[in-house]
Amino acid sequence: MNELISFIIISIGILADIIGCIGLVRFPDVYTRLQASTKCVTLGTCGIFFGVFFYYGFTSIGIKALLVMIFIFLTSPVSSHALARAAYKSNIKLSEKSICDEYKKEKK
Amino acid sequence: MKSIIKRKIFLTLVVFLIWLMLAGLEAYIILIGILCSILIVFIFGDINIQNEWTFKKPLRYLWFIPYAFLFTYEVIKANLDVAYRILMPNLPIRPGIVKIKTNLKSDAALTILANSITLTPGTLSVDVDKDNGYIYVHWIYVRSVEIEETTKKISAKFEKILEKIFN
Repeated sequence: MNELISFIIISIGILADIIGCIGLVRFPDVYTRLQASTKCVTLGTCGIFFGVFFYYGFTSIGIKALLVMIFIFLTSPVSSHALARAAYKSNIKLSEKSICDEYKKEKK
Repeated sequence: MKSIIKRKIFLTLVVFLIWLMLAGLEAYIILIGILCSILIVFIFGDINIQNEWTFKKPLRYLWFIPYAFLFTYEVIKANLDVAYRILMPNLPIRPGIVKIKTNLKSDAALTILANSITLTPGTLSVDVDKDNGYIYVHWIYVRSVEIEETTKKISAKFEKILEKIFN
C-alpha cells in the first residue's frame, strides 16, 4: 500500500516537472520562463523527494530526502529572484504582451 | 574568549551528533564526520544572531504551523494555475511588474515574505526596497495596478501571520 501511494506521488512530481519544462519552451521572455521553472519544477522535485520519503519512512534515506526538500524550498526562490534581478539590471526587456512596468518608473 | 571556544566545542558536538544520526557507524565515516564538523564550525561558528530578545518569546514560533499549512495550500494552487496557463493553446498571460507595500522590517521576515511570494500564484519577486518597504513583483496575470489592490491580492495573507512571528 505504501509502495502504491509513493509511486503515485512520484508520478505527480514527474508530471509537474514535465509541465514546467514545456512552459520553459513556450513562454515568451525571461521573467515568465522563470515563473514556470520556479513553480512547477520546485513542486515537481519536492514531490519526487516526498515520494521517496514516503517509501522509506524515517530511515536515514527518508530523513535525507526531507532535508533536501527543505533546502530546495529555501534556495530555489532565492536563485530565481537573483536571476530576475540580474536580467532586469542588464536591460533585458519584458515581452510585448506585458501590461505595466512599475519598476521602470522608480529606477531612472 | 573562553566562552567562544566553549561554544564552538558545543556546536561541533551538535553537528557531529546530527551526522551520526544520518550516516552509518563505520570507522572511516565517523572520521570524515569529525573532520567535517570541525571544519563547518570553524568557518560558520561565529555568525552572530541579530536580535537576541527574540529568543525570549519562543511561543511565537508556533505560528509557523498554520503558516506551513497556508503555504502548502497556496503552492499547490499556484502550480495548478501556472500549469493551466502553460498547457492552454493560446497562452492566457498578461505579464507585468507591479509594486506592493509591506510593513515588515527585519531581514529574516522580508526574506521569508519574498520567498513565499515567489512560490505562490504566478508571482515572482524582482527587487526589495527595504527603506520604503516596497517589493517589486513580476505577475504573470496582472489583475490590477493599484498598490492597495496588489498588496491585498499578493501578500496580505502571508503578512498577517509573519507580523505575529517577527514583530
